Amino acid sequence: MPQSVEKTLDYSSLFLEPEYKEMLATKGKLENMPEADKVKEIAEWTKSWEYREKNFAREALKINPAKACQPLGAVFAAAGFEGTLSFVHGSQGCVAYYRSHLARHFKEPASAVSSSMTEDAAVFGGLNNMVDGLANAYSLYSPKMIAVSTTCMAEVIGDDLQSFINTAKDKGSVPADFNVPFAHTPAFVGSHVTGYDNMMKGILENFWKGKTRTPNNSINIIPGFDGYAVGNNRELKRILDLMDVEYTILSDVSDQFDTPSDGEFRMYDGGTPLEAVGGAINAKATISMQSYCTPKTLEYIGTFGQETAAFHYPLGVTATDDLLMKVSELTGKAIPAELEKERGRLVDAITDSQAHLHGKSYAIYGDPDFVYSMARFVMETGGEPRHCLATNGTKAWEKKMQALFDSSAFGQDCKAWGGKDLWHMRSLLATEKVDMLIGNSYGKYLERDTDTPLVRLTFPIFDRHHHHRFPLWGYQGGIRVVVALLDKFFDELDKKAVASDDAAYAFELTR
Amino acid sequence: MSLNEEETIFNTRLIEEVLEAYPEKAKKRRQKHLTVAKAPDTEADPGALSECTVKSNIKSIPGVMTIRGCAYAGSKGVVWGPVKDMVHISHGPVGCGHYSWSQRRNFYTGTTGVDSFVTMQFTSDYQEKDIVFGGDKKLKKILTEIDELFPLNHGTTIQSECPVGLIGDDIESVAREQKKISGKTIVPVRCEGFRGVSQSLGHHIACDVIRDWVLDQDGNQVPFEPSPYDVNILGDYNIGGDAWSSRILLEEMGLRVIGSWSGDATLAEIERAPKAKMNLIHCYRSLNYISRHMEEKHGIPWMEYNLFGPSQIAASLRSIAEHFDDKIKEGAERVIAKYQPLVDAIIAKYRPRLEGKKVLLYVGGLRSRHVVNAYTDLGMEIVGTGYEFAHNDDYQRTGHYVKEGTLIYDDASTYELEKFIEAIRPDLVGSGIKEKYAVQKAGIPFRQMHSWDYSGPYHGYDGFAIFARDMDLAINSPVWGMFKAPWKTAA
Repeated sequence: MPQSVEKTLDYSSLFLEPEYKEMLATKGKLENMPEADKVKEIAEWTKSWEYREKNFAREALKINPAKACQPLGAVFAAAGFEGTLSFVHGSQGCVAYYRSHLARHFKEPASAVSSSMTEDAAVFGGLNNMVDGLANAYSLYSPKMIAVSTTCMAEVIGDDLQSFINTAKDKGSVPADFNVPFAHTPAFVGSHVTGYDNMMKGILENFWKGKTRTPNNSINIIPGFDGYAVGNNRELKRILDLMDVEYTILSDVSDQFDTPSDGEFRMYDGGTPLEAVGGAINAKATISMQSYCTPKTLEYIGTFGQETAAFHYPLGVTATDDLLMKVSELTGKAIPAELEKERGRLVDAITDSQAHLHGKSYAIYGDPDFVYSMARFVMETGGEPRHCLATNGTKAWEKKMQALFDSSAFGQDCKAWGGKDLWHMRSLLATEKVDMLIGNSYGKYLERDTDTPLVRLTFPIFDRHHHHRFPLWGYQGGIRVVVALLDKFFDELDKKAVASDDAAYAFELTR
Repeated sequence: MSLNEEETIFNTRLIEEVLEAYPEKAKKRRQKHLTVAKAPDTEADPGALSECTVKSNIKSIPGVMTIRGCAYAGSKGVVWGPVKDMVHISHGPVGCGHYSWSQRRNFYTGTTGVDSFVTMQFTSDYQEKDIVFGGDKKLKKILTEIDELFPLNHGTTIQSECPVGLIGDDIESVAREQKKISGKTIVPVRCEGFRGVSQSLGHHIACDVIRDWVLDQDGNQVPFEPSPYDVNILGDYNIGGDAWSSRILLEEMGLRVIGSWSGDATLAEIERAPKAKMNLIHCYRSLNYISRHMEEKHGIPWMEYNLFGPSQIAASLRSIAEHFDDKIKEGAERVIAKYQPLVDAIIAKYRPRLEGKKVLLYVGGLRSRHVVNAYTDLGMEIVGTGYEFAHNDDYQRTGHYVKEGTLIYDDASTYELEKFIEAIRPDLVGSGIKEKYAVQKAGIPFRQMHSWDYSGPYHGYDGFAIFARDMDLAINSPVWGMFKAPWKTAA
């Protein structure tokens, strides 16, 4: 009997005990699974060029796509506003999914309500669900704002949010002057970054519609959909404070997804004050930290005469330079010596480790802005971002990536894959090996199948804890990225040395 | 007044207070879902159970933050998803398959992407044009592409997401047509998320298509030598290896498990099921439908069993053995005796650390009653329990497990749950990922009771050792003592 109370074996070791191995072997005979030789043969074939071609010829099936759907982005965007509750109109299972997904990544509660539409609402429309739902959410959860988005069910049957919300207000579900911004967020268009854009625009419309702008010197910053928002937004604010800039972060989830454990559950914490959202119309300019998260929002902001600027998840030396110089240009504030020192420290870190970073090859996947920025930074360290993939990337994104590759000697053998999924990535990694894969937790399957070491640097990260608490943005964030890459390289080097007696000499103390 | 009576009064008042926050219409509906367990009238009927009947399996109220999921989650996420040698397409937009990808810890053996596909996400990723023009052509192409890229797959299921039923796609005819071409099992599942009121209808729909599209098809019959001791495990999804730590006990007592539904299952195991002598059902809520069908059509008796905690394990092994000959009865006694020293050691170690601790549960449709005795075996006490998506028969069965005064809630909203926990201040809450962090921040220990909080298995004797360890580490963690800053407690 393998189990004991002194040394309790759980799933990771229990089933390796002889009793269980024997049991599983007996089960195997009843399973009708293919013969081991056949499995091995097909497994090898899936890593061939022939398979790669078949795989890339796929037209309809998506396998392990690295993207989620619009409402997730909408719920995320709304979570960054003071006292705001997301209300997702449509089927209820979707909301359970968004909440679980965010909770698993941040290890934090994620609140959102559903209008719980079922068959009858599919036939008659979900007006009653909206009327009752807003009243219930308002009574139970005392929000300062309810941000309404939609699941694909509500979109397919064509529910009209504006008129539903007006009717609900007429019926007294919430006070007439209560803020109920909304966004249609069909899951069959775009991805979670599109949903972020739609909800952000919806919230600004709620506060800005019909208002005129009295320009001031403040700037707005929109962080975009970002699993590292807790660390990143705080780093961003630190940098802006150092620059003595007046700013408003539009959707700041850094406190909402990082509440303390002190005996009190805070359903709402931090976020952009609603008053500041209204005031943000008067800003001199709005900066988007992630261009692909905000196309419609920036266009809308532009109609008020504000300047706009969009970045791609500014990370690394030159991307942070660009951001700081833009902020300086817009606000007339100088970049302080402290930040220049920080820049020097990042360059110093890269210099110190330059020999280990130079010439390394990478595969990178994630949202379009992240992939762009990570590829750019990798090239700054002398690395080659060979396979860059964004399932929610477009042809236009591919072009932009190509221009980036063309700008550096390290981008010569690199290619961007928009609209492809992680099963495509598997073929790429199997046929054209790279030294390292940069992605999220789903990448662990690629690491296993293709023996490519994985560094988790983007949403979602389920199987490692607390990464999101530390920034990737800014010069300090850059150091953290460098350390993550180096740690992985060095660990791999040590593992390789330990794995073979013949290479024991390579198990070195100093590097 | 007895302690139980005091609890009854306290909890009755608590329900009234919590309901006050609702608008009138919602309050009227919600009050039917909340109650306090009443003592059985054992004078009238010595075998009577505690009564904990509430309204259940009714639509959730909009806007209250139900923790329920949908029919798709019940079919793809629960019943079909773990069948390892089949490809399960999340048919519709990308989200549903994405959020449910690799999240239920249905362990399996096999080579993922080659002969097994459980931890993969296959989707038709519907775009606007698919909504406008229909997705049947796309689906047909997908089925071909699956066979080209995964030649060792044994079949495909089509798990419908909301739009499929709304736009009138005919997935059944695509399935029929493609089956003619490939000869493989193709199962269309109408589990659109707007159907029904929770995951529960998804279980039912999944069972119905197993009946119609697998069992009734008499498809690939893999050669099989029957024995008098053949049983199926039904309703064990092998979370953290549960089905394995259960199977080992059944086999040790002399039975032969010929099918495991659906944790670590293969299509052949499902097809073979009607050849068993008996169906043993663990998750009654999700698979009772197919058990009843096999009873009616194939004459296979079924019985419920419970492998959480030593008292239920022993009782279950004995009652299973009752249906077989002396060899199996002796086998059951031998197994129970063999593990008794382990049970004694677990209880000796953990009971003193857990004695008297109060537990509040809120899980899906089974565990809210099934795990009760695993806690009481450790000296712990259940103060509240309820289900996300149970039916009336589940609440009746709950009477076996809970005592008078226990708070009972059906489809509790996040608001209700939070208020109940705040008022009762249990020593441990067992629920899901959406509840975990809010409860912990309030300073109350928590274990996820869907995923075993990334631990397990919890079934069987081997699982009980892990269960006891986990409850202890949750409750007796030093972290709970650090929540208040010292300068605050000193003041």
